[in-house]
Amino acid sequence: MRTLNKVGIAGYGAYVPMYRLRAAEVNRMWGTSGEPVEEKSVVGLDEDTVTISVECAKLAVRRAGVDPSEIGAVYVGTESKPYAVKPSGTIVAEAIGATPGVSTADYEFACKAGTEAFQTCIGLVGSGMQRYAMAIGADTAQGKPMDALEYTAACGGAAYLFGPLDDSLAEVEASYSYVTDTPDFWRRPKEIYPRHGNRFTGEPAYFKHIIGAGKGLLDETGYKATDFKYAVFHQPNTKFPINVSKMLGFGMDQIKPGLVAPLVGNTYAGSSPLGLAATLDVAEPGDRIFMVSYGSGAGSDSFVFRVRDLIKGRRAGPKVQAFIDRKQYVDYATYLRHRGQIIQ
Amino acid sequence: MRGVAVAGVGLTKVGEPWERSARELFAEAAVAAMKDAGNPAVDALYVANMSGGHLQHQLQFGAMMAEAIGRPGIPAMRVEAGQASGGVAFNEGVKAVASGMCDSVLVGGVEKMSDMLPECVASSQAMAEDQEYVAFTGVTKTGLSAILHRMYTEGFGARPEDVAMFAVRGHDNAVGCAHAQYPFKLSIERVMASPMEADPLHMMECSAVCDGAAAVLLCPAERLRDGVEVAGTAVATDAFSIAQRGDPLTLGAVRRAAERAYAVAKVAPKDMDVLEVMDDTTIDGVLSLEGLGFAKRGEGAAFVAAGGTSKEGEIPTNTFGGLKARGNPLGATGVYQVAEVVLQLRGAAGPSQVKDARIGMAQSMGGVGSTCSVSIMRRA
Repeated sequence: MRTLNKVGIAGYGAYVPMYRLRAAEVNRMWGTSGEPVEEKSVVGLDEDTVTISVECAKLAVRRAGVDPSEIGAVYVGTESKPYAVKPSGTIVAEAIGATPGVSTADYEFACKAGTEAFQTCIGLVGSGMQRYAMAIGADTAQGKPMDALEYTAACGGAAYLFGPLDDSLAEVEASYSYVTDTPDFWRRPKEIYPRHGNRFTGEPAYFKHIIGAGKGLLDETGYKATDFKYAVFHQPNTKFPINVSKMLGFGMDQIKPGLVAPLVGNTYAGSSPLGLAATLDVAEPGDRIFMVSYGSGAGSDSFVFRVRDLIKGRRAGPKVQAFIDRKQYVDYATYLRHRGQIIQ
Repeated sequence: MRGVAVAGVGLTKVGEPWERSARELFAEAAVAAMKDAGNPAVDALYVANMSGGHLQHQLQFGAMMAEAIGRPGIPAMRVEAGQASGGVAFNEGVKAVASGMCDSVLVGGVEKMSDMLPECVASSQAMAEDQEYVAFTGVTKTGLSAILHRMYTEGFGARPEDVAMFAVRGHDNAVGCAHAQYPFKLSIERVMASPMEADPLHMMECSAVCDGAAAVLLCPAERLRDGVEVAGTAVATDAFSIAQRGDPLTLGAVRRAAERAYAVAKVAPKDMDVLEVMDDTTIDGVLSLEGLGFAKRGEGAAFVAAGGTSKEGEIPTNTFGGLKARGNPLGATGVYQVAEVVLQLRGAAGPSQVKDARIGMAQSMGGVGSTCSVSIMRRA
């Protein structure tokens, strides 16, 4: 998919809470031996998806140097919104000074809710309806104690301010979406933890959709894997993005800068946006970046970005690596306390 | 009673075909078996299936599959005997042809587990044990096998590594097998380092969740020259639960079914060129070898470790990988075993071929030895 008017990323910002839970600590608790990631981020006592979104959004606005009142849309993609009914987007829009001339909503599409918001914002700016539109992917993901997801379900996010090409640090060259009805992971109303289909979440879910969206976009643009300096894939664990990148012809050098899952975990709607932010942190003008998200249920969005000269002046403030390095380990009991999982 | 021959075999690749239903898998195997036999009329259909009622909420597999294979209207039924369903269905099919009531019988097995949650699969397998007295405790089939493993190693001084070699041998044989779920080698170190499934059984000592279907077409022996005949087939049962058996390490059903099949076929274990046994877990395989008379009581594990069951050994066993490596689609497994023995006797086993195989045997087991089927085939 391409827009009528050229669109780019005017600013971006990421945020990862400082607390970490090691896989080894989960294993100590349950007598298990898994390590899908080394450690995952954990929220502080006063953090949630909205505070994470606000942190990212403020950084993105600051880097773009845009007057917040010019931002015509704020969409938060998440599966862990603090309110069941009441938008997170309104709080974020208010916090960054974008209200009241703004459209906001919360998007839900499991781990691809953030990139679903990308598509909407690209459309709004590309059609000329808005000059600037913000898409955020952020989560404080839930992992049931002793479930495989407890190792990986993490917290963090990234915000992207889309705007006209001439005011952008990277061009959105093209995008693509690939969706089927595949029930690999879900959470019903009033349930605390999501449920999943174990091995079904791999081959017929994650791999099928990422490859579908990835190949679809490569075919549409005529690009090959070698045309890209970097690639970012959704990161539910360390293994899946590495495997799927190989399947699509990408190498470790291309995905390494954006592979944040081993030390952050799976930040769900924040996952591939966070990987993209880490990649933009090191990219040079002219670099082309390939990105494919994945959301259970299931679908993938894929994007081709081309980095522009403006990036050099729009990376002030903390990089993703700084958030990764800033950490404090918690034990399992503290983790439960931070997650509000102790019955009081 | 007249002689019975296997006129056709068909198999699907064992694996996780997420987008294919039990119906599609069964049809693929059955149509292949019918084609292999020259597309004869089918007088009756026996469908072996263990868990369709629980996992697919589907009964009447007989009528459903008769339609699926393009033969609606024929007599058809589902046969269930836990993981022995396939072997027991084969036994029933042989009886139908041997009696003269049917001239052409299709025996197929199918199981579809891969899109179910692991706890559903575990609970469906536990249904083969006595719910009133044992299974209600929450013990799994693997848990029961683990109890036998512990009794075996403690009672006979057998080494756990020797028991685990059953899995290694199966994987050795699966290399190059087109229909195997895991056609690669597995080292004993990797088996022993894998997580515990049910202590002392490691994950790599247990068969995995999978889907698959297999079918064979039976006809009177006089109609098939130079084919594979059924030399003897028998089914036996034991005290339903292992908790009710005086000596759980002796699989009475296996012994009884084997004795009967040997007597009918007029052969002994030493005559066998190739063997397919039930190894849902390694200890099931070891105890089956002993029950069938290929190893003395308490010596099966050492026999396996010494190479007795490898392809060049005394009795080449599980030549396509067995339940661990070829895969264990429960109700279909017994039919896979028969089909594999037929392929061996035809000389059509590819990389798995045992040289000059003339006589072979397939043994399947429901529960932990509650039901056992043994079938002996011979090249005519």
